[in-house]
Amino acid sequence: MAVITYLNAISQALRGEMRRDENVILLGEDIAVFGGAFKVTRGFLEEFGEDRVIDTPISESGFTGAACGAAVEGLRPVVEFQFADFIACAFDQIVNYAAKNYYRWGIPMPVVFRGPSGGGFRGGPYHSQNPEAWFTHVPGLKVVQPSTPYDAKGLLAAAIRDNNPVIYFEHKHLYRRIKEDVPDEDYVVPLGVADVKRAGSSLTIVTYGAMVHESLAVAERLSGEGAECEVIDLRSLSPLDRDTFLTSVRKTSRALVVHEAQLTGGFGGEVAAIIAQEAFDVLDAPVTRVAALDVPSPFAAALEDAMLPTQEKIYAAAKEVLEY
Amino acid sequence: MPATTATRPSDELSRDQRLELFYFARLTRDIEERLALLYRQNKVVGGLYRSLGQEGESVASAYALAENDAVAALIRNLGSVIVQGIRPRAIFAQYMAKGTSPTHGRDLNLHFSHIPNGDDGPIVIGPISTLGDLVPVMAGVGLGARMRRRRLVAMTYIGDGGTSTGAFHEGMNFAAVQKLPLVVIAEDNKYAYSTPVSQQMAIPRIDQRAEAYGIPHEMVDGNDMLAVYDASKRAVDLARQGAGPSLIGVDTMRMRGHAEHDDMRYVSKPLLDAWEARDPITRYRAHLIETEVATETDLVEIEAMSRQYAEDEAGLAEADPGPDPATVADGVVAGGHFQPSVEIVRSPFRVKRGASRHTQPTVVHP
Repeated sequence: MAVITYLNAISQALRGEMRRDENVILLGEDIAVFGGAFKVTRGFLEEFGEDRVIDTPISESGFTGAACGAAVEGLRPVVEFQFADFIACAFDQIVNYAAKNYYRWGIPMPVVFRGPSGGGFRGGPYHSQNPEAWFTHVPGLKVVQPSTPYDAKGLLAAAIRDNNPVIYFEHKHLYRRIKEDVPDEDYVVPLGVADVKRAGSSLTIVTYGAMVHESLAVAERLSGEGAECEVIDLRSLSPLDRDTFLTSVRKTSRALVVHEAQLTGGFGGEVAAIIAQEAFDVLDAPVTRVAALDVPSPFAAALEDAMLPTQEKIYAAAKEVLEY
Repeated sequence: MPATTATRPSDELSRDQRLELFYFARLTRDIEERLALLYRQNKVVGGLYRSLGQEGESVASAYALAENDAVAALIRNLGSVIVQGIRPRAIFAQYMAKGTSPTHGRDLNLHFSHIPNGDDGPIVIGPISTLGDLVPVMAGVGLGARMRRRRLVAMTYIGDGGTSTGAFHEGMNFAAVQKLPLVVIAEDNKYAYSTPVSQQMAIPRIDQRAEAYGIPHEMVDGNDMLAVYDASKRAVDLARQGAGPSLIGVDTMRMRGHAEHDDMRYVSKPLLDAWEARDPITRYRAHLIETEVATETDLVEIEAMSRQYAEDEAGLAEADPGPDPATVADGVVAGGHFQPSVEIVRSPFRVKRGASRHTQPTVVHP
């Protein structure tokens, strides 16, 4: 065990899987010589060589397609998008090619698409987005979003070993800010299993990614006021572990859904709908969502702060649900 | 690649190979003619995309591949998958959305794949409807093969319209900088649906697209089967030697509408008449007789055999059941019980075209 950052946990998982399986290769912009825009792959070129750590032209559609083709030949490519925002350039290859291959002809497509996502550090409209809902609508894709170093390492290992295209959104704002004890050895966090990050009986907060930490802070504050929140980290949006949050809501009778992506069409709508449909009989308050405003990610701090969900907004919404 | 040299790769073709080329082109046309009949009987679901007039280039280009190389056809490259051994029954079943089709009724026409167990057989990668996407995918197949130390060549096709896409450019460029074993057959068949080539590109020849990537390219008469074979074989040999990708531009003509519903009134009659006189199969047939490779009787026999085979295969597929609606949600993600397969067959000529080999022991998948 050692205390490592969220970013180091991602590097460890990549390195561990590459040592474990020589079919794992990396493709992306500036990942080899430069070690990646965020240095996730620093030192990889030296250890694994240029055949397995490939600096690509600026061509997200091109290297995404190439990763799919290499998967057909038996490799397990991991693609890095320099920023999750740029995954839009490869949208067609992911949703029309990778996602539908198994259903069409039974060919596994073991490719992982890593996207550094999320805002809060003044990246502006093209370096701050949370595009998970673009992909959770597409059958054939798996979508995960870890919130802690432990989950980041285990989910990435599971994603690489999975025989399906997996989109792995890693939150940039957590990279160096979040640290914890993580086992040195390889392990997996199975895809499709949520985690109860804090137990409680007054209110269920269903969340994922960076908002897990904001929600935990709010839970701590509310605990001081006598309300115990259960904070559920979905970790994996597709496949979705419905049982964990439904069981929790059956216990608390109140649900708040929190994510950093914009509200409308966001994944929280799906969670809210499931709770409304499956746990209507136990609800004591409306299922409530806290998310970013429906605007593009703005650049200036005052604007971005106004747009993103914050602890204050989560706290206010939680109070409303608790006092309904 | 070298321009015309004294000896051509096609000089090496045996009599059986020359006849097999004819048979494959003929079979491609016969399958499509049988499909046209089924279409008129409302038995084909959706559209029928003919390759009439282009059968020669699809067949002759794929014939330059080894038996276990990888080919990715577009909807008008039926000939290429017939050469690589896809059983015609599978094509009919796909077009009629049968449960026995290679996709169990989930996708249409040539939208299917075949991945052999090990290296014993052809890799066939099916297209998707967004054009250009297969170029990066096939570059990736080449990348994967190189990683596995296998001297495989990946071949794919793209129409004049498809070369306008960003995916085409990204795939070509990636293949070029990585020197991947990719051969792209770029077909100038004069129209992308209804849009003429002049509105797709401002260069006079489609193969000039390749200049931007610094890779070998040449333009050939797409209705001259041996010329297409020669250019393709040179490109395949270069790719197999590790010299990187090539692009072959083929000058041809789509002799039917985009699909059977399209009456093609945007194409002039004189243009069609001129290309009708250059029909690739008629020309190759005449060549076989002129060069005394075959007699009229030999060719009539091959034609009858091809027609009968298409007829028999269509009949088998027609009698096949549709898919079971209860299977609709099976195999959305890997790990289920969905395991479609395609039967690989040999032509009656049973010519062996060799197989790509590993240069080192295969990397074994864990």
